[in-house]
This record gives sequence, structure tokens and C-alpha cells, in this order.
Amino acid sequence: MNQRFATATNIVAEVSSGARSAVDVVDEHLARIATDDGEIHAFNTVTADAARARAAEIDELVASGSEPGPLAGVPIALKDNMCTRGVRTTCSSKILEEWVPPYNATVVERLAEAGAVVVGKTNLDEFAMGSSTENSAFGPTRNPLDTGRVPGGSSGGSAAAVAAGFASLSLGSDTGGSIRQPAALCGLVGVKPTYGAVSRYGLIAFASSLDQIGPFAHTVGDAALIYDVLAGHDPRDSTSIVQPQASVLTDLGAPIDGLRVGVVKELSGQGNEAFEPAVVQAAADAAEALASAGAKVEDVSIPSAVAGLSAYYMIAPAEASSNLARYDGVRYGLRHDGPNTAAMMRASRTAGFGDEVKRRIMLGTYALSAGYYDAFYGKAQRIRTLMIQEFDEIYQNYDVLLSPTSPCVAFEFGAKADPLTMYYNDVCTIPSNLTGHPAISVPFGLGQAGLPIGVQILGPMLSEPRLFQVAAALEEVAPR
Amino acid sequence: MPEPREPLTTDDVAKVANLAMLDLSDDELVTFTSQLDAVLDLAGELNQFDVAEVAPTAHPFGLTNVFRPDEPEPDDIADAIREEALAAGPEVEDHQYRVPPALGEAL
Repeated sequence: MNQRFATATNIVAEVSSGARSAVDVVDEHLARIATDDGEIHAFNTVTADAARARAAEIDELVASGSEPGPLAGVPIALKDNMCTRGVRTTCSSKILEEWVPPYNATVVERLAEAGAVVVGKTNLDEFAMGSSTENSAFGPTRNPLDTGRVPGGSSGGSAAAVAAGFASLSLGSDTGGSIRQPAALCGLVGVKPTYGAVSRYGLIAFASSLDQIGPFAHTVGDAALIYDVLAGHDPRDSTSIVQPQASVLTDLGAPIDGLRVGVVKELSGQGNEAFEPAVVQAAADAAEALASAGAKVEDVSIPSAVAGLSAYYMIAPAEASSNLARYDGVRYGLRHDGPNTAAMMRASRTAGFGDEVKRRIMLGTYALSAGYYDAFYGKAQRIRTLMIQEFDEIYQNYDVLLSPTSPCVAFEFGAKADPLTMYYNDVCTIPSNLTGHPAISVPFGLGQAGLPIGVQILGPMLSEPRLFQVAAALEEVAPR
Repeated sequence: MPEPREPLTTDDVAKVANLAMLDLSDDELVTFTSQLDAVLDLAGELNQFDVAEVAPTAHPFGLTNVFRPDEPEPDDIADAIREEALAAGPEVEDHQYRVPPALGEAL
């Protein structure tokens, strides 16, 4: 973990006991934003006044002897695709640049009830489409560990905000790896929950059958603290899981003796030139470390995992082309005038969307169009079924699986200008989105230029308590 | 194995852009055509797998209908919600969104 900044766990302990005021904590973070965010550009919007006011309320609760909540006084940053009532929510797109939502996402409400203090809305690849945050209409975010490099994406602003000490925790969304990959590139813990475990109400949709909200944190313990606040049924999200979810804090620190760990051959990067050798080695070292801690580690094969990337780049754009049809200049967002309604809509969409968004809308429209549907979208949906079946079968014999999170460490700006090269960043993370299963990325070792590497732990549906347990064990033995 | 795919043409992309209500310049059309063609090549990997007998998945865990009670908000709250939502409209008149003519052209 990064020793420079206080953990959220420590902040909660200090604020709840009255040892330190929430106002002081929040001011310290806002001061770092004021000094450093000009260069980093983690934020689209900083809500300094609201944060100070909210922190003062938390301090009043503590002073009056009331329970201030499990995230009391923790400064938190929200990816700018989560609706915040009265605070503009842009998706880093010109088409929503001035949009102010009339309601809060459920996660925003839950964080407020838990005593967290929102300090701002973070930059992202436009509509969460990208792996470097270079696709933001408002300019890229820089990696605080090396400002000549990207923070990853699409939740790059949320990762950078935590890595730079602007917020102690942040939320991102993960459709194909958009939490785990930037977490890996910024040396953080990043969690992609089971599909439906965390409410998507108020998350601006990219690909609805894949999107999930999850946290970034300095430590597994911090991620567990916020995860318990986020997870749970929400009647306002029709895809929200109804069954109760176990706390992920309970098994933190429990030994992993006898745990069955599978190393996924197809995702390991072994013999694959597209992977940085240090990354492949780190994942192998992580497997070794788990074995040393008492786990039974074996290689496993999931043949369909190699088709994840190609299936994803049919399914996600198809869903996006449908979801983004709503931006037409009528009810909200950018409007460019035209002589009639259709011309106005075309002009608004043409001016409002960036190139990557246009690429994906067109790709999805093509994949769904008559004559191509079966060959592209339909085929990808069948591969998705196959992948779910193969993972479920492996989970009959293994508790968790292990792989690198990203094929490489943080890369330089412009290094992956070709769309396909950029898409390849998500090769290890995409399968979890297609299956709906949870995964956690944990820092493990250093690669090129001394930059952090992430390894991910994957598990079956609602296995979060087990994933956090293994993540904590890995964090414990990670090289420092 | 299926037949090799015909390369994507600028005409194909122009048609798709039209369906998606996007205007492309001639240069954009050429660039997007080659980029989209490369992604469709990637999709060729899907043909390594025989999934003819496998059912498609649209959603990880299957979906069932979810209903909420159909209870109207009190008038004052409903009005406030409506005004807040309308406030985001690019052009609003008399509690309604205003758009250019749907048929023909504006004078």
C-alpha cells in the first residue's frame, strides 16, 4: 500500500472517536487537490463547499454522541458517470457537459448515510469507453506515480484521485475492466462486484448487462469497509440481487489453508508477447505466495476465455448503441440547431460525441443490424453462455482463480493510439464482466520503470467474502 | 467454418452512421471504416468455437420482471420533480420540451 496517505479505516477511527475532526481531514484533502490537481486532472468538478459543510455535519454528529456511520469523515471521489443531484454529471462528454441530474444514484445516497464526504466528480474516458482516460472530452488524467503516463481507464480519474491523496476512497464503474485496470496501473486495490450486488440506479448506462459500480482503495481493508456500505438490494434497480449479502469484513485476515486456487492458463500471459514479462512473473509469484501461505494452487484451462475480447467488442458496443440513442438534444444535454427535429438530433450527436464513442455506437449498430446480427451479436452471446458454463464448471473444483489484471504497467500518453491495441488492455478483465462474476485487483510487485503491477482474484457469483479474504492474504505477502 | 467475411466498405459505414444519426466527413468515413473493419476481424476469433447448440445469453443471471406499487406522488412533489427534470431541457416552453418541426423545415 501507499504509506503516504492515511487509510480510510484510520480516518473513520479518528473522526468517530473525536480525535480528529472531519473538517480537518477534508481540508487536508482539498488542499492537495488545490495544489496538485491542476497537473493531475483527476477531477471534472470539485465540490469543496459542499464537502466542508458535510464534514461539519459529521463533526456535529460526533460531538452530540450520535453514530456518524461506518465511513465517517472519509473524503470520497465519484466517477463522473454517477448521478449527483444538483452537481453536474458529465460522463466526460460534451453532450452532457452542463447536465445537472435531478436525482442521486443509490450509491451516492448510501455513502451519504454512511458518513462519507464527497469531494468531487472524477474524469473518465467519455461514457467509460477506453482504458487510459485519454478519451475524455475535457483532457486526459495523469498518473500520479508518473505524470508522463496514463492512469488507466476508464475510471482513471477515480484511481488518480486516491493515488494522489485527493480522496481516501473513490468509486468507479467496471464494464470490461474499468476499475481493475486503473487500480493496477495506479497501485491500488480495485473491486468489480458480482453483477447486481451493487445498485446501478443512477449510473449512466454504457453496457447494461456488464456495468457494475465498485471501489478503489489503498488497502483491501479499506475496500472491504466501503464494499459493505455499497452492496445490497435496491428496489430501484430491477437487476439488483435480492438475496442478502454476507459482510466482506468477517473473513479478512482468516488463513487460506487448503484454499483451492486455479491459475487460468489462457489469461496468464505465459508465452504471450503482448504481455510485459514482469507482469507474467508477478502473477506467477503471486500464485507461489498463495501456495506458501497454504493454498492448493494448480493450473486450469478455460478455453473460451480467449474469445472474451472479441465477444465483448460485439456485446458492449451493441448495448451502448442502444443506450446512447437517448442523447438526442431533446430532453437534456447538448443541442445543436437544425432545420427540423431529425437534423437537430444529428447535429447534436455529431457535435456531442467523441471519436471512440462514435466508433462504438457504429460498431454496435452494425453488429445488431439485419443480416449481421447472427454472425456478430448472436454469436458473441452464445460465446458468453459457453464462458459462463466453463467458469462455473471450474468453480466446482476451485474456490478462486488468479491472473494478471492488465498485460502491462502504466503506459505513456499516445502509446496505444490504435483502437485495437488499446482494447487489448482489457483481455484479462473482460471475462468477469461477461460472466457477471466478481473480481478484485491487488497490487503485487513492480514492473517496467518501477511501476506497480496488479494481479486479480476471480470467484463465482457472490463470492466476495472469499475474494476479499484471498486479496488480504495476497496484500500481506506482496513484495514491498 | 463460415465463409470469409467481405471487408467493410465506406458505403457500409455511411449506412450505419445514418442509422445511428451521426454525420461523418469523408475523411472520418475512411478512417472509421478501416478501424471498424479491424474490430470485425477480431470478431472472427468467435468462429473458433462451435456454439451452434449453445443458447445465447443476454444477461448474466437471467431477468425476471420487477414491479413496484403504482402510487402517484402528491401533486406538490410531482410538480417539483417535473420542474427539476424540465430544467435540464435545452428548450422548454409551457412545461414542455420544444423542438424544431418534425416534418419539413423551420421557416
